[in-house]
Amino acid sequence: MSADERAEGNEGEASDGPSATDAGGGPLVGVTDLTVSFGDVPVVAGVDLRVERGELVGLVGPNGAGKTTVLRAIKGTLAPDSGEVRLDGTAAADLSAREAGRRVASVPQDTSLAFDFRVRHVVEMGRTPHLGRFDGHGADDDRAVREAMDAAGVARFADRSIAEVSGGERQRVLLARALAQGTPALLLDEPTASLDANHAVRTLELVRDLVDDGRGALAAIHDLDVAARYCDRIVVLANGGVHAAGPPGEVLTADALRAAFDAEAFVGRNPATGTPAVTAFDAVGAAGAADERDADRGGADPRRLHVVGSGRDAARVIARLAAAGHELSVGVVPEGDAAAETARDADAEIVAAPAFEPVGAEAREAAVALASDADAAIAVGGGAGGDGTRVEGDRADPNAAVLAAADRAIEIDRDVDDADLLDAVRDPGGDLDST
Amino acid sequence: MSAWRRASVWSAGLAAALGVVITVSAAIGPAPISPAETVKAVLNAIVVPAGIETTAAGIGTLRLPGVGPLTLPGVDLAYASPFAYPVDDVHARIVVGVRLPRILMAALVGFALAAAGTVMQGFFRNPMADPSIIGVSSGAAVGAVAFIVFPTALSATVTLPLIGAVDVGLSYGAGVSLFAFVGALAAAFGVYAIATRHGRTPVATLLLAGVAVQTFLGAVISYLQLQAGESLRRIVAWLMGHLSGASWSEVAATAVVVPPLFVLLLVYARDLNVLLLGEEEARGLGIAVERTKRILLGASALITAAGVAFAGVIGFVGLIVPHMLRLVVGPDHRVLLPTAALAGGSFLVAADTVARAGSTELPVGIVTAAVGAPFFIYLLSNREVHEL
Repeated sequence: MSADERAEGNEGEASDGPSATDAGGGPLVGVTDLTVSFGDVPVVAGVDLRVERGELVGLVGPNGAGKTTVLRAIKGTLAPDSGEVRLDGTAAADLSAREAGRRVASVPQDTSLAFDFRVRHVVEMGRTPHLGRFDGHGADDDRAVREAMDAAGVARFADRSIAEVSGGERQRVLLARALAQGTPALLLDEPTASLDANHAVRTLELVRDLVDDGRGALAAIHDLDVAARYCDRIVVLANGGVHAAGPPGEVLTADALRAAFDAEAFVGRNPATGTPAVTAFDAVGAAGAADERDADRGGADPRRLHVVGSGRDAARVIARLAAAGHELSVGVVPEGDAAAETARDADAEIVAAPAFEPVGAEAREAAVALASDADAAIAVGGGAGGDGTRVEGDRADPNAAVLAAADRAIEIDRDVDDADLLDAVRDPGGDLDST
Repeated sequence: MSAWRRASVWSAGLAAALGVVITVSAAIGPAPISPAETVKAVLNAIVVPAGIETTAAGIGTLRLPGVGPLTLPGVDLAYASPFAYPVDDVHARIVVGVRLPRILMAALVGFALAAAGTVMQGFFRNPMADPSIIGVSSGAAVGAVAFIVFPTALSATVTLPLIGAVDVGLSYGAGVSLFAFVGALAAAFGVYAIATRHGRTPVATLLLAGVAVQTFLGAVISYLQLQAGESLRRIVAWLMGHLSGASWSEVAATAVVVPPLFVLLLVYARDLNVLLLGEEEARGLGIAVERTKRILLGASALITAAGVAFAGVIGFVGLIVPHMLRLVVGPDHRVLLPTAALAGGSFLVAADTVARAGSTELPVGIVTAAVGAPFFIYLLSNREVHEL
């Protein structure tokens, strides 16, 4: 982005921090080889990340991965053991608190105000880095405060006490304060954690707009779907380091999430937004001998499975098995069926046939071939017959032939629970109909 | 209305109230003197500098080798009194010589304690904090009690070159005050040093260090009281807090220390507001947190030390007055600090007036607690306190 575009992007922002215009080169936020320890316990080690202008970067990772620690190190409230934080081209260590406060504003998860300041006053505090010791609020400051309150939707309760507003409202007040700070870079720590669905979306749309206008933002976000939907890039922190970084579509994969979160996840597609949608499952699954199961299942013991069935029930089974790390094939399934869509997201091999038409011999042969290669074939909801969603076809259901071709056929109920499903797949000879 | 304008309006009102309280107080006492006569006596006592004059008597004699003794001429400001109302001479002396220094001392001490209490409550983000929380009062008490118990050990005659023998022994009152002042600062510095590691002073550590040091100094005070013998009564009187016997020189000494420190605190009022958000937030908003904390702590300790050095431990003013004013004007320190300080002055003048108005004079500390606590409870019952 050129300097002109940046200037235009910042138009309408009352009195930008000087750093908004005198960009020192380099990313707005640059973290190089950051290592932070609490005492002898390293929290993060060797973290590299950067936030450019016009970029919203999501910081995701399991609890305790060090997301907040990284944000605090960037803010300057934690001293790194090694590595460097640069803000707008200057090492943060060389900046005074005031200079840093003109470059980066942060929205904390919550604030603990012991005294009941008015909302307006809390937002006004955002102007602190721009005021000299004896300056009062000028017209610029008043405008910045007003615009920030309007943008964050807190103007309506500007004169209420911060102690009296709800948690979600308070979070928006903190966002307004950060906006009033008028910095080129924003740090957000779980900015939507206590917001209702409407305000969560509004907050992120607002951040997105600010970023599109030339600011940069780094947001720790626990909701992976939200991160996928709004972020340009995602940095996955796990086990004290950067596990993966890149565009959401590249980073949010079942394999990456299984490794980073120690959870089984299925990455589908949000039907409303088209962005990756992550569904996580408990890696342990059913109650009982967890250790044995962990060793037995998922990434440790992937099977080659063929799923027969259609509709949402089959889709759910496909998603769960894919999340558990099994290699899947599916068919014959009607084109455009929910199971087919899910299978596609799961990178399964699919044999699809046009709906409401007899299944051709070619499709049936292909499905039979996949099933015979598989360790087992799974029929969802009695896939060989009696199911209203099954593939219509010849009087002889084509999928009966598919199941027959497999070494082992497992029939499972449509409303099978996850643990039983995974047990059935794991145990040779397991057949839920018989239990 | 901007914060500074609100502060000005409230301060003007409270300054006027302080003026009224002082005037009324000056008229109250064993000798009945009407308020009008009181005001006239005060106006008569006002002097303005009117010129410089030298005095032949000189301030000393300089002896230089080879030269005879030289008398150093004294230089004095000449003063003029702009008012000359007819006032009974005895009444004038009672008002100006006895009551007024005591009243002004009360106003200054109340002002200092309330200002320090306001800052401490904000600093510790806790409305129950007061100026003694960092050990200032306990330190002052140890200093004062030590001087009361061992007064003779602390004066000496020093022979200085050129000038000759100089008696540096302190007057009794000045000795107590000086030792209380030094003790207060030593205790505050000790607490700060205990709580500081690697240049950072966590507020919670400071609070606990303050409690520990106060407890320890309490033991020292108790031990000194056991050793006190005949001076025990004086120790108890000092510890209860008193304003009797204030002289103009003591008022002047306090007046030199308190206002500049108050101005320093006021300059940092906005930083103190931001610190209430938490230190990390304050850092993110461009506050140099540790430096600001040092300045606030240092100035609070000094202003408290100046307050307690003469008057002893007067509790409650620094706790209750800021809290009362916070309920009235809100938590913004730009408004709260000056208003609480002025109200603290009025409160202590009024309390001391009650203390000395009866047939037996009470220590003012008893009055501040006895009057202040019920009023405090009344305020609490009328307004919810959200958090401590």
